[in-house]
Amino acid sequence: MAKSGSILVLGGGVAGVQTALDLSELGYYVYLVEKNASIGGVMAKLDKTFPTNDCSL
Amino acid sequence: MVEAGRSPNIEIITNARLEALEGKPGQFLAKVHQAPRFINEDLCTACGMCTMYCPRPVVDTYNERLDITRAPHIDYAQAIPSSYYIDAKACLRVNYDTCNLCAQTCTAGAIDFSQKPKKLELNVGAVVLAPGFGKVDDEVLEKFGYGKYPDVLTSFEFERLTCASGPTEGHIVRPSDNKPPKKIAFLQCIGSRDETCGNGYCSSVCCMYAIKEASVAKEHEPDLEISIFFMDVRTMGKGFDEARKRAQEKYGINVIRARVPRVDQVDGKLALTWTTPDGEHHSGIFDMVVLSVGLESPEDAEIISKVADIELNHYDFCKTSVDSPLATTRDGVLVAGAFQGPKDIPESVTQASGAAAIASELLSDARNTETITVTFPEENVELEREEPRIGVFVCHCGVNIAGVVDVKAVRDYAGTLPGVVLYEDTLYSCSQDALKSIAEKIKENRLNRVVISACSPRTHEPLFQETLRSIGLNPALVEMANIRDQCAWVHAQEPEAATEKAKDLVRMAVAKARLLEPLDQPTVDVTPSALVLGGGAAGMASALSIADQGFKVVLVEKSKELGGNLKRLTWTLDGQDARKVLKDMVKKIKAHKNIEVLTEAKLESISGYVGNFTSTISRKGKTDMVNHGVMIIATGGREYKPKGYAYGDSPRVLTQLELEEKLSKGKSFLKNARNVVMIQCVGSRGEDMSHCSRLCCTQAVKNALKLKEVKPDLNIFVFYRDMRTYGFYEDLYREARKKGIHFIRYTPEKRPEVIKQARGIKVRAFDPILGDDLEIPASLVVLSTGIAPGENEELSKVVKAPLTSDGFFLEAHAKLRPVEVAVDGVYLCGLAHGPKSLEESIAQAKAAAAKAAIPLAKGKVAVAPIVSRVNQDACIGCGICESLCPFNAIRLEKAGKRKKAQTITASCKGCGICASHCPTLAISMGGFTDEAIMAQIHAFSPEGCKEE
Repeated sequence: MAKSGSILVLGGGVAGVQTALDLSELGYYVYLVEKNASIGGVMAKLDKTFPTNDCSL
Repeated sequence: MVEAGRSPNIEIITNARLEALEGKPGQFLAKVHQAPRFINEDLCTACGMCTMYCPRPVVDTYNERLDITRAPHIDYAQAIPSSYYIDAKACLRVNYDTCNLCAQTCTAGAIDFSQKPKKLELNVGAVVLAPGFGKVDDEVLEKFGYGKYPDVLTSFEFERLTCASGPTEGHIVRPSDNKPPKKIAFLQCIGSRDETCGNGYCSSVCCMYAIKEASVAKEHEPDLEISIFFMDVRTMGKGFDEARKRAQEKYGINVIRARVPRVDQVDGKLALTWTTPDGEHHSGIFDMVVLSVGLESPEDAEIISKVADIELNHYDFCKTSVDSPLATTRDGVLVAGAFQGPKDIPESVTQASGAAAIASELLSDARNTETITVTFPEENVELEREEPRIGVFVCHCGVNIAGVVDVKAVRDYAGTLPGVVLYEDTLYSCSQDALKSIAEKIKENRLNRVVISACSPRTHEPLFQETLRSIGLNPALVEMANIRDQCAWVHAQEPEAATEKAKDLVRMAVAKARLLEPLDQPTVDVTPSALVLGGGAAGMASALSIADQGFKVVLVEKSKELGGNLKRLTWTLDGQDARKVLKDMVKKIKAHKNIEVLTEAKLESISGYVGNFTSTISRKGKTDMVNHGVMIIATGGREYKPKGYAYGDSPRVLTQLELEEKLSKGKSFLKNARNVVMIQCVGSRGEDMSHCSRLCCTQAVKNALKLKEVKPDLNIFVFYRDMRTYGFYEDLYREARKKGIHFIRYTPEKRPEVIKQARGIKVRAFDPILGDDLEIPASLVVLSTGIAPGENEELSKVVKAPLTSDGFFLEAHAKLRPVEVAVDGVYLCGLAHGPKSLEESIAQAKAAAAKAAIPLAKGKVAVAPIVSRVNQDACIGCGICESLCPFNAIRLEKAGKRKKAQTITASCKGCGICASHCPTLAISMGGFTDEAIMAQIHAFSPEGCKEE
């Protein structure tokens, strides 16, 4: 049986989203499984991020 | 995030959990349980009527329980998916079969109570676990008055208070009386470095985020008095020490070295008592206390561990090892982010890319077998050629713009401008539903130019460009007017003037939009191979990853053999044999059919652009040309060579690496040793180099423990400024203290001195607890010398990649692009990027390999359409442009008898330097023609616009 070209990413925070984006660019199909109703995780709750104080969204 | 929502190859499954993972790497079967949203994502327009009519209040968890929402809601306006959902626990209809008000008010008919939980079975080749982190138990926080006194907040709650989209719209007020506080105390290490709550580790991020939150608070309320109570300031990230110093100097934030044991309430205020290192007791009254809570393992860590069949470490984080930091104990199951250990955003993003690389190595045979390719409709050239029909969309950006600027007035004003046939306002023009509606309106009204009057094109232009492409318009036909960053935000105090300025900006953008022309979007083929500079741990790890992903790699090493600094390590921080790690890597490299190793080789020059580089490599007196599509800089760093401290004068003074080398050869050199003194921050943190070298604290503790192991009666003294044994390495620091190793703090004003005597050496230093000088006769002095940049300056000039002020390579963006440099197609990892541990270097090397493999996997790269173009008739061949171009992207070429300038389109970055210096105005920039810019400038005056 051949290998699957899909990948499951568990967690839709900044790490999960970045993994999903890179994998999709590398030629794979991604299932991004998130326990909450929207992705973004904790980073979406941050106003600004250090050390450059950029907006986090 | 928005990109993830738009990618056709990312299927977002919300309200879902993994229930089982069967099978083997390459062929897993994942069983996923998905709870219903009760709102149809495709039909919901995010209008918010359901929230308005719902009678059932629920606590707003997005706003850290500081606010109230209703059972049907959306977490925040820009949420992805951009659809509302119903909180099933609170909903009256779901639980008691009554109410149903929302379904009746929803005009889109999106509310669907017939939805049932779904069981999904997914065939996947690999799994990446990125569940993030959990929160410290309330029980731990209660010791500090949390839950009892309303003005004791967690740092997460405080974050929402400072946020413009938060419950108080960014006003910092005390929850008890809604009044602004005057004095705020931040308490560090809450739920971290605290064995009483089971969290013996350091959470690594709280020192820096507390400083950030304090700075943001001072920006909001300059009169605030803020004190941060801490044990060690652990700002060891790249550029963090500088940011901390800036914050302390600019905002006058007090940093107090003390651990506050409890919080009491006195007359509605909060009383703290503390003891400073000099033994003095202090007390103070504060209006608000912020608890800098640590990062715990996720609440569902054990369930994940069971379902995915992976092991956890003793703190319930995912178990990994130094040599493969992103692999779990189950093959084909990877980990990234805070579940692997507490970490900040840049590191999480780096690990995420690294995990993607490993999955890609595993599944390279199956690449592109299950992806969906999007095709765009053909461009409607006819429509583009017609007279400009401009549509203007004015964005509220929630309250970001609309809170200051009168958006409706700006919208109506836009309608009076020549060429404008449609003018509308949108709540969030970047949200998915708004983009859909913009696309429909463009089609309905046959628009051929679009002005988005919203935020910065730097972040959002690609989104609108893609919207145009999706309906058959050239993406260059959209223009943005930045009425948020450059108007609403900077003129928040003057709403009327801001509205006038917004009108000016829109008028100018419309004037330019009239003259926008479609631009070509060429693509170029990619040479499917990589050049990796540097054969140390980082270079080898990235070379192996790219080769395993199926692409050729040329690995260039300047010395005679591979290994770099790893050759000098004996033990890794987790106690593995470092030499075995090295040997295994070298063996794999040498056996790999896709890797060619060039030792004693050096990059002399590089030309070309992403996808098509040509490099000259000199090797043993000869030069070779190598063609490659991408390049990775992994040239490493070097051990700082100390000045002073009797280093070089006495054989008893060593560096940590030198000690490690001696230790690896046996313990005979310790035979007569009694006292060993280690001195931290030699060269680092302002002594010679300004940066923190990040790993010397842990390295010193590791070696001190090793010394104790081989000779338990040794007295070991470690002089330090802040012990930065972050993450799980805090365990080593605790163990060292338990084993009787003495840690003594020094300040940069009173550095320890190493004094050479007739026989032997002694160390003189000030002990803050004794309040007096100490003199220690030392058998050995070990200097923790830190990491200095390698020969980066020369390479930086060859590659045209900028360096930081500390001499390390600068990443393109600290968080969004941590392993890319400013030059497209060139990536960065290891010590060349900055000081870091072996584990972090390997993770970063994998990340660089993922990013580098993207153009190789695609086989084509799109060239940015904004490039310079030379009008051959007007060019006089003076060569000014060629001498000024920072990217070697414009050259004089023979054209008939004379030389004329020619743009190398693929190398051009569109910076415009050539165009602005051309004496005959022969060069114009795509998207920024002289005519369009002049029209925009003329339109600055309302009269100028009418003359057009």
